[in-house]
Amino acid sequence: MPTDGFMYPNEIELQWSVLIVLYPFLTGLVAGAFILASLERVFRVEAVKPTYRLALLTALAFLLVAPLPLQLHLGHPERSFEMYLTPHRSSAMAMFGFVYLWYLMAVLVLEIWLDYRRDIVVLSQTTTGIKRLLYRVLTLGSSNISENALAIDNRVGWVITVIGIPSAFLLHGYVGFIFGSIKANPWWSTPLMPVVFLFSAMVSGIAAVLLLYMLLNRLRKQPSDIRCVDTVAKYLFYMFIIDFSLEMVDLIHRIYESDESFRSLDFMVHTRLFLSQVVIQILLGTVLPIVLLALTQVARLSEIARKRIYVFAGCLTLIGIFAMRWNVVIGGQLFSKSFLGYTTYKMGFATKEGLLPAIVLTVLPLFILWVLVKVLPPWSEKETAPVSAAVAAN
Amino acid sequence: MKLKDAAHLFRLAGVFAAGILIFILVRSYLVPKSFGQYGHFRGDALTEIKAQPISYAGHQACEACHSDVLDLKSKGKHAQVNCEACHGPLAKHADDPGGVTPEKLDTAKLCVRCHEANSAKPKKFPQVASMEHSGGLACNECHTPHSPAIVTEGGKK
Ligand code: HEC
Ligand code: HEC
Ligand code: HEC
Ligand code: HEC
Repeated sequence: MPTDGFMYPNEIELQWSVLIVLYPFLTGLVAGAFILASLERVFRVEAVKPTYRLALLTALAFLLVAPLPLQLHLGHPERSFEMYLTPHRSSAMAMFGFVYLWYLMAVLVLEIWLDYRRDIVVLSQTTTGIKRLLYRVLTLGSSNISENALAIDNRVGWVITVIGIPSAFLLHGYVGFIFGSIKANPWWSTPLMPVVFLFSAMVSGIAAVLLLYMLLNRLRKQPSDIRCVDTVAKYLFYMFIIDFSLEMVDLIHRIYESDESFRSLDFMVHTRLFLSQVVIQILLGTVLPIVLLALTQVARLSEIARKRIYVFAGCLTLIGIFAMRWNVVIGGQLFSKSFLGYTTYKMGFATKEGLLPAIVLTVLPLFILWVLVKVLPPWSEKETAPVSAAVAAN
Repeated sequence: MKLKDAAHLFRLAGVFAAGILIFILVRSYLVPKSFGQYGHFRGDALTEIKAQPISYAGHQACEACHSDVLDLKSKGKHAQVNCEACHGPLAKHADDPGGVTPEKLDTAKLCVRCHEANSAKPKKFPQVASMEHSGGLACNECHTPHSPAIVTEGGKK
């Protein structure tokens, strides 16, 4: 049954589709991955160092794709560029365009460039053909990798990361803000929304980098650094606890407050959202991974067992966070503002905003990441052996 | 720390400066001249819209020549429904009734636009599930469009 009860005409069909679910999911991965990278850089958590560059590249790959779901949602995507030309200060989305640009150009690209500069210079001297040309362009014509120059890079990089942390918070807090500030919708309208989005972003980003790190090492037939994996998992666990507490605070607050929307929302959670919210998001996607991660913290498990648990918990986490985005975006459109009616979301498949483009947009960042990893290898051993040789020669 | 060792950073700053400069140039070229004249929109848009031909004549325009229809309509439930809500924009016809003849309407499509049953509509609005109600027959087989009520045995409905 598509609708039941009383719906206003403009509520029967959902305006925000699965792509708008994907969009906060992707930006969340960006913000989370960057925060993980900054752990090493600013907070000097040495153990997570092996994931540092990978986390930056992951953030870049996902950031490049993050606006695409929005573009597909627009009737006139070519006009979206106008928000840079004639931005309206009262539009949250227009301001978000600038936050996005700032984060992409002034934070991520800069930080990656500074961190990779030495490698780029060395590669521009050791490769040939078109690759050489690419690296030559990337050096901006300066091959100065003297100790002094690198020390300057390091310091500037540190400053950028320090600026980057609030920027990453802003980037994802904004996504939560866009929902949290819609005062007509009681499912969204709470000042906690940006905060909840932020912490769930960190959870998903850390889980994604953890999985990617282990996966890439497996593909390269290299052992994963267990100390690093353990530490990342530990941070994942902490973040998860905070995230879960926040969501519970929100829930308890709603239950206690029981405002006029409560009965309607409560009914929805017990019927149309039961599977995606209670079963997938809360039980499978939050409680189970937290229990599993807690287990690795208290019990003495073998290395293999720990790694398996991390992979399992990481996958569950990503599914759970995706379900959370789903329940926010889709859930917020399933009930009527009259609080007397409910509708359903019919997802298309090969339509402009259907499942197929959603799948393509989920895989695309992984493909971009693969290209980035080829161009800018994040690991320093074998593949980039000439680097250490060249530096030694310096 | 010597300036020479930061030369690459200056180059980078140069790239950024060039990017910003290009943006400013592109912007000054792309943003229409009249933007912001009255508010956050293109000022010329007003004159352009004003210059568009009028396509709806309005209820009063029809009344003068079609008083018979008006009399009929004002007695029925469609009294408040505008002529052009059903007949479409007819400003050209009102100006030149002999030259422009309104198109014939297909009531099987026209009436369901407003009357197809839908749970989002207020309960008191008259609505029918057209397939059950008329089984594909045109609505004006039974209803008079301008005064649609059908008198049944129980009296005037
Ligand atoms: C200046 C007088 C005049 C005005 C104003 C006018 N009409 Fe007419 N209308 C006519 C004439 C004359 C005919 C042709 C009668 C005929 O050929 O039998 C006609 C015919 C029609 C027909 C029937 C065509 C047919 O197939 O028989 C419709 C429908 C109609 N008008 C609708 C409208 C509507 C709606 C308006 C208001 C926007 C309107 N008219 C305004 C004079 C006018
Ligand atoms: C509820 C929709 C509706 C409204 C409102 C409506 N009409 Fe009609 N009208 C029709 C339909 C349907 C026909 C018959 C189909 C056809 O012949 O095109 C018709 C036929 C006509 C005709 C042709 C001759 C006749 O009398 O049947 C005229 C003239 C006409 N309408 C004028 C008007 C005018 C003037 C108004 C506004 C005062 C008006 N109509 C309002 C639906 C409507
Ligand atoms: C533009 C929207 C619109 C269109 C098109 C339209 N109607 Fe209506 N109709 C109305 C409205 C408004 C009412 C009045 C509802 C009320 O007062 O409760 C109404 C009332 C009615 C009623 C109820 C009359 C009564 O006394 O209870 C009937 C029957 C009806 N229309 C038939 C038709 C038919 C047949 C057509 C096609 C020729 C048609 N309508 C086209 C808007 C429309
Ligand atoms: C076979 C004749 C017939 C046809 C064709 C027909 N109707 Fe009716 N309609 C009736 C009769 C008789 C009534 C009044 C008795 C009743 O209320 O059931 C009625 C009543 C209605 C009502 C009022 C219902 C209410 O709840 O007050 C609406 C609206 C209506 N018709 C719309 C339409 C539409 C739209 C079409 C075209 C798709 C259509 N009719 C075609 C015979 C017909």
